[in-house]
Amino acid sequence: MPSGEAGKEVGVGTRTVLQHPDITRALTRIAHEILEANHGASDLVLLGIPTRGAVLAERLDRILSDIEPEWTSEPADGATPGRSHRVGTLDVTMHRDDLGHGIGRAPHRTTIPASGIDGKVVVLVDDVLYSGRTVRAALDALQGIGRPRAVRLAVLVDRGHRELPIRADHVGKNLPTASDERVTLRLTETDGTDEVVIEQSETQSETQSGTQRDGGTA
Amino acid sequence: MKHLLSTADLSRAEAIHILDVAEEMAEVNTREVRKLPALRGKTVVNLFFEDSTRTRISFEAAAKRLSADVLNFAAKGSSVSKGESLKDTVQTLGAMGIDGIVMRHGASGAPRVLADADWIDVPVVNAGDGTHEHPTQALLDAFTMRRRLHGAGSRGQGLDGVRVLIVGDVLHSRVARSNAWLLRTLGASVTFAAPPTLLPATTTPFGAAVHHDLDVALAEDPDVVMTLRIQQERMNDAFFPNPREYTRHWGLTASRFARLDERTLIMHPGPMNRGLEIAGVAADDPRSTVVEQVENGVSVRMAVLYLALTGSEPNAATKETVA
Repeated sequence: MPSGEAGKEVGVGTRTVLQHPDITRALTRIAHEILEANHGASDLVLLGIPTRGAVLAERLDRILSDIEPEWTSEPADGATPGRSHRVGTLDVTMHRDDLGHGIGRAPHRTTIPASGIDGKVVVLVDDVLYSGRTVRAALDALQGIGRPRAVRLAVLVDRGHRELPIRADHVGKNLPTASDERVTLRLTETDGTDEVVIEQSETQSETQSGTQRDGGTA
Repeated sequence: MKHLLSTADLSRAEAIHILDVAEEMAEVNTREVRKLPALRGKTVVNLFFEDSTRTRISFEAAAKRLSADVLNFAAKGSSVSKGESLKDTVQTLGAMGIDGIVMRHGASGAPRVLADADWIDVPVVNAGDGTHEHPTQALLDAFTMRRRLHGAGSRGQGLDGVRVLIVGDVLHSRVARSNAWLLRTLGASVTFAAPPTLLPATTTPFGAAVHHDLDVALAEDPDVVMTLRIQQERMNDAFFPNPREYTRHWGLTASRFARLDERTLIMHPGPMNRGLEIAGVAADDPRSTVVEQVENGVSVRMAVLYLALTGSEPNAATKETVA
């Protein structure tokens, strides 16, 4: 488990539980776990669930490139240089079970590595595991694309309160939460800062990123 | 988006959003399993009071790829031919439980009447009304242009600076109207080339410039040349002396086509009258997008149905076209 996370009280009902170094450590450990569970990098494909899962998948890609020579050594059929041929994104919007319930959801991009996913070990990457419904939708979405040999799940935060029989294989941080709390992950690429915060779920906007950062603790 | 009735109602951001969603749908259409569960359990009615094969099949394919159930209603041979009113027809369908209506009607504005009335509270998509609008055709035309011009980098892009020449029967063409509004919203400039008899009686119809000589218009080197179909069923007046004369003055003939720039796109909404408004050599050239337009039509209609049937607030009592 990563150590040194901050339990710092920032505002009323808001706690920062992971900061940049914690997130990096957790991702590095997940990368090692993925390789260990798979006995190497063969046939591995990472699919991030947009938007933040896709960012995490790209970070895992960079970490794996550093720690595992086999990760980047395979011939990249049609892959663009500088980017791993083993990482893609999987949009699950069209497969959600809450479509047509008044939430207008715009679909994101799905990009599958050129080698496809048939016979591969697909590691789904998402930010926060909560009800499990996003993962269910992702499993459904995969069916339309191919038949992986196995599907694994890596999440940065598991906050509990599952509503479906789904569990993660690789977890960055288990965060026991109350169901009226809100767990928000912010990432530098999308929100300008790296942190995981727990908020009381009043009307806090997750788009107001970085406003409550006032310096880090060790 | 609750209804899609007119491209004139769309803001630039809304139009680009529809095209971007269509990009995701196009990606699905390249997969082995070309089906999404997004509209599972929903029923879409194709309510067609006018003959159409291409548009109806395109909407049907789009709805089915989103897992919706499709009911096809053709006015011919139905209770409408026995004199049933639109209101009664729609309320009958509504009693059967439907979630969306795709409507083609010979009367301009009929889909708007349906959307504004309280006969039924479901999204209405205009699939062509009289000589008024055909918004999904304009969206698929814009989508096709954007893909040809920007390729993989199409998402988020408009059509800024693109010069589009639309040739032919602007007067009766709902495609020309919808395109003129949408393309200008997306930043393109639109010019019409047509004989005065086939133009509306204004100097700048729908904000477009007008040429009365096709060769002069082509000499301006447009990025896109869109030829409109001569609609034989609407040629009930002396709009031009005879087809051969129309072709000589307004057809995209082989010799006119040969003078075009190598990058000029050739578009046609179909079905084509080969040899009348467009020469076969132009229609079959790699610069022609006619087949792509059909293919992209399914993606664009998937996007429209998806956004209309899942995107609106339930019970949003609004007469706004885009909620």
